Amino acid sequence: MKIKLIARISAAMLKARLRQTMVAAFGVTFSITMFISLLSFMAGLNDLLDNLILNRTPHVRLYNEILPSPIQPIARSPVYAGAHHFVRHVKPKNELLEIRNSKAILKALENDPNVRGVAPKTMVPIFYNVGAINLTGVVNGIDVDAENKLFTFQDYVVEGKTTDLKNTPNSLILGIGAARKMLVQIGDNIQITTSSGARFPLKVVGFFQSGIEELDKVQSYATLATTQKILGKPASYVTDIQIKLFDMTLAPALAKMYNTRFETEAIDIQTANAQFETGSSVRTLISYAVGITLLIVAGFGIYNILNMMIYEKMDSIAILKATGFSGRDVNAIFITIALTIGLVGGALGLVFGLGLSALIGEIPFNTASLPTIETYPINYNPKFYLIGAVFSIITTYLAGYFPSRKASRIDPVDIIRGK
Amino acid sequence: MEKKVIEAIGISKSFHDPITVKVLTDVSFSIHAGEFVSVVGKSGCGKSTLLYILSTMDTSYEGELFLDGVNMKNKKDGELAMVRNEKIGFVFQFHYLLSEFNNLQNVMLPGLKFGKLTAKEVEHHAYEKLKILGIEKEALKYPNQLSGGQKQRVAIARALINEPLIIMGDEPTGNLDKKNSDVVFDIFKELAEEYHQSLLIVTHDLDFAAKTQRTITMEDGKIIRADGA
Repeated sequence: MKIKLIARISAAMLKARLRQTMVAAFGVTFSITMFISLLSFMAGLNDLLDNLILNRTPHVRLYNEILPSPIQPIARSPVYAGAHHFVRHVKPKNELLEIRNSKAILKALENDPNVRGVAPKTMVPIFYNVGAINLTGVVNGIDVDAENKLFTFQDYVVEGKTTDLKNTPNSLILGIGAARKMLVQIGDNIQITTSSGARFPLKVVGFFQSGIEELDKVQSYATLATTQKILGKPASYVTDIQIKLFDMTLAPALAKMYNTRFETEAIDIQTANAQFETGSSVRTLISYAVGITLLIVAGFGIYNILNMMIYEKMDSIAILKATGFSGRDVNAIFITIALTIGLVGGALGLVFGLGLSALIGEIPFNTASLPTIETYPINYNPKFYLIGAVFSIITTYLAGYFPSRKASRIDPVDIIRGK
Repeated sequence: MEKKVIEAIGISKSFHDPITVKVLTDVSFSIHAGEFVSVVGKSGCGKSTLLYILSTMDTSYEGELFLDGVNMKNKKDGELAMVRNEKIGFVFQFHYLLSEFNNLQNVMLPGLKFGKLTAKEVEHHAYEKLKILGIEKEALKYPNQLSGGQKQRVAIARALINEPLIIMGDEPTGNLDKKNSDVVFDIFKELAEEYHQSLLIVTHDLDFAAKTQRTITMEDGKIIRADGA
């Protein structure tokens, strides 16, 4: 009953100043619209840029590095125990790149509940033979299915199909930069030379484009079996094991564990790509700051209009108080007005925000470095809408708070006697 | 002896800005149920100030004020608002009708705030009050469509809606011409005689005051004469 009465009075006052209240509500609508589209767009871009790296980066990578033996013979001598050792003469051995016992490690990882998938890989440094000259390059021997599943490999193959790589013996998917230099077409055969001097013919079945030009000039992909054949190694020869986890945040801890358990080097994604998270969080911070600034400006608009309304309605407030409305009732009336402006403006803002972000999401965005992207990326995260709604209510409440308090403190005697 | 609706004991009030001025000095009087009392005095004698203290809107005074036997000292803002809503009907010099509401709704507002009756019942009561004042035909018009006298009558109907203990008027005829003043006076008189309504009217219209049952004359913040009927 009481709420209904207060709502009725608020509605009457809103109607009396319809145009101003609409302008105030539009201020909120505008700011929420911009807040939503800005954050959706920014988050979309962040996801895009992060995925550029994250999609193709394993959460944990196991590999061996060519390192000298950490324990040199002199350290084993009891005569020099406690002395400073500077005689180092045992150089790195010639078989260290292989991950030993790779079959068992792969099996163990596949049974690990934290692991979403594993993809073994063999990296072979080679030369592409182009006429009289050689270009340096790297052939990655991959498990095509695992690579497709975990690293969306197929998205980056711009010509040809990944299945051809699997089905054609001694085939190669060549980086597009290298392909342009070598003037090759799909179906051509090229010659490569390994670091040990062996020559090997390979058939080009596709081109891939990663978006990182330096990479595309050097990298190419073959199956694990093909690379093992190039190197003349057995089927267990693997130089890298790439692991994708269910929960990326566990990567550093698991990397440490794998390091000791499998006796290989293990690097986690956070260590390898520390700069990406920093960039994303700064971009997000900037968009929030801009959005909230817009809302605060809208809040000042509401504050102004309520103040004006209170000056205009001074008489009405006085008579309401004289006829038995308490300060709290008057306060409630003006807070209701402010919140109505906030709710209507905010709700429209959410709808327009969705519309504007959908519109941005339709704008063509073609770039050579991102073959899979055709329009601007938008992240339709409901979180942004929730934050927008909550903030619109909080700012309008705050904007209404002070004018309402002023209205509730109006002394009816002053107004009535002043006439 | 009828019961006292208002009893003021030793009410004093001073304004302190910019210098201390005593506007009311030790004012004591009471009004019984059904009495039609007027307060007269020259401008600045403190009669309006007294009225606002009696109405509970002004709370900075010394002395005791009893409304319907209840002491109004140390009551909270919300409680005083309830007292005003329930027990006091107001008529000012200016009508103070809300232009956003029609006349009927204006009359209903204090009744809806009181909240004892349903909206339908309040509406029925409001119609009755308008009928007493002879303006039930204007119920659905808006205040700006009425003449000054009609507006004042709507304001009186609004004062009556919660069947208050007492109606207080601050120069209720001050803005009206002779004819309308007489109409308003006749209404007050009818209310006092037929409906046994207590009234306390502040005025400087001596003709008006002379026709009331009792006149309290004030000068320099003091009551100098309180005639019986």
